[in-house]
Amino acid sequence: METPLFTYTLRLADNALVLGHRLSEWCGHGPMLEEDLALANMALDLIGQARNLYTHAGSVEGKGRSEDDLAYLRDCPDWRNILLVERPRGDFAFTILRQFLYAAFMHPYFERLAASKDETLAAIAAKAVKEMAYHVRHAGEWVIRLGDGTEESAARLREALEDLWPFTGEMFEMDSVEQALVDAGIAVDPAVIRPIWDETIAHVFGEALLTCPRDGWMQTGGRRGEHSEHLGHLLSDLQFMQRTYPGATW
Amino acid sequence: MYAQALNVAEKAHADDPELRARFQHRVDAEEKIEPNDWMPEGYRRTLVRQISQHAHSEIVGMLPEGNWITRAPSLKRKAALLAKVQDEGGHGLYLYSAAETLGVSREELVEQLLTGKAKYSSIFNYPTPSWADMGMIGWLVDGAAIMNQIPLCRCSYGPYARAMIRICKEESFHQRQGYEIVMTLAKGSPAQKKMAQDSLNRWWWPALMMFGPSDRDSQHSDQNMAWKIKRFSNDDLRQKFIDATVPQGHFLGLTFPDPDLRLNAVTGHWEHGPIDWSEFNRVVRGEGPCNRERLKARQKAHDEGAWVREAALAHAEKRAARKAAAKIAAE
Amino acid sequence: MTEKTMPLWEVFIRSRTGLSHRHCGSLHAPDAEMALQAARDVYTRRGEGLSIWVVPSSAITASDPQDKDALFEPTASKIYRHPTFYEVPEEVGHM
Repeated sequence: METPLFTYTLRLADNALVLGHRLSEWCGHGPMLEEDLALANMALDLIGQARNLYTHAGSVEGKGRSEDDLAYLRDCPDWRNILLVERPRGDFAFTILRQFLYAAFMHPYFERLAASKDETLAAIAAKAVKEMAYHVRHAGEWVIRLGDGTEESAARLREALEDLWPFTGEMFEMDSVEQALVDAGIAVDPAVIRPIWDETIAHVFGEALLTCPRDGWMQTGGRRGEHSEHLGHLLSDLQFMQRTYPGATW
Repeated sequence: MYAQALNVAEKAHADDPELRARFQHRVDAEEKIEPNDWMPEGYRRTLVRQISQHAHSEIVGMLPEGNWITRAPSLKRKAALLAKVQDEGGHGLYLYSAAETLGVSREELVEQLLTGKAKYSSIFNYPTPSWADMGMIGWLVDGAAIMNQIPLCRCSYGPYARAMIRICKEESFHQRQGYEIVMTLAKGSPAQKKMAQDSLNRWWWPALMMFGPSDRDSQHSDQNMAWKIKRFSNDDLRQKFIDATVPQGHFLGLTFPDPDLRLNAVTGHWEHGPIDWSEFNRVVRGEGPCNRERLKARQKAHDEGAWVREAALAHAEKRAARKAAAKIAAE
Repeated sequence: MTEKTMPLWEVFIRSRTGLSHRHCGSLHAPDAEMALQAARDVYTRRGEGLSIWVVPSSAITASDPQDKDALFEPTASKIYRHPTFYEVPEEVGHM
């Protein structure tokens, strides 16, 4: 039986690794050299966050599982990331808009998590908050440029927003696992993040000439282990070596 | 950082003999030549070609290693590999910048790469079918590159030398990263050892070819040496690399795929068997395993990024126009 | 060539508080904000920087190398600008 703290830490870790993995797919294929480096920097931030969080999850669980055991030896139903981050990387508009939507949530989230009663989580969050601040800025500036750039870039951005919007609701979901941790002063209540997120989105979308879709039906399931088809393919890539050579050291 | 092998013969160029003599005097005195200084046309052209080939090599070189970023076998390896491939991109960027000081734009240079007019190091036309190749590229390919690059830090052209200094500083982790991967495999299971040996078998000869044809067959070396664009001969650097690398391989219990490899007790140098230059020439000509694939991948990234670059420029123009309009309105 | 050129920027980084910004390279970016971010992503990956300046390369006015003699030679003879030009007896101590 997973403890709430283990599940919670794993959710944060899985989000970071899966999104970091998606960003890393751009390496060598970016729209310009400068941006290739920027995308890799953001990927490295997220992979770094994931590593710290997995290590913490492993020690919370107390069964001796390492960061790599958790990343490489779980199948889809055991992954706890939101569906947003596992969507395939898409075009640059999709990638950068997703990064913005995610970072605009995680930045204020980590700000609050830095005051968590779980000291390790607090320390990880304190480091991550600076990284996410830059992601908001970088991705946000790109959203503005694409939205108010050419007709093609604006159309691609609108398309990306339509694709992504139904996946944003899951960031704000709450369940009994997290409610107990929120009450204990360990986790952050996503409801607190909502108005901050809305404001960041409204500000950037305003400059990007982008209209926020009406909140309607939202996708859900990732946090409970119900994933899209895409996660399996991501894992077949990510876990290939560990699965093919069980127990080896790399 | 893999440019040395790619120098192409330079036509003699008639320049003002007096300026030329003064220029050579400065080079001989180890003075740095800077972008706006007078320089012989041949010097400029050779540099543009060498630096841009070097930059292209960095950029194309991101592909064979990028192939394993999503499949790296541990999170530590994944982060290190991503950071390393990112560095290659940065090095390409520094080098394009150095080439641009000679009056050629990034856009022109990229076009030369994509149209096949410019070359890049042939080593990147080999595939990376196994994880061990990540180790082997770091250990051998970056190892060979460093042999080439360190002397280039003292190259006569200031911006190139400065770029090389920055690159060498950043690269110091690349070779160690690679060697550590190979070492872990060599100490691992039989399957891992086999993986390492198989990879060494595939990369050893191409790595030796990175230094370019033997000096006996390389007619343009003298001029580039005099200009201090090149500071050591291909054969000297190759020998230095072999002497440094062979003991490192033996330490890991690996066997080099060269039955003639032996230590000459008198000279202290490792002597190697004949290099198959027909293979080298074939791959340079475009008949390597991945030539077309590599260029197509670059072309695809370039094409798919076009709308992004256009949008960014269009936005900058709009913003500048709005600012100008606001200024007029305020007056 | 159909592709429009992306502006070139010169990057200056202050490495430690107290030291002046030093030129460390260049990059391409559509505008100043993106140039600043690119400078951060390209030139401060190893904790090199505490402050960044970016300047459009086209905004730099450079001296002409051919004027080198006229610009810089005349100072060579003004040795009285250097402290070693003046004699102070050793007994006076460090000055």
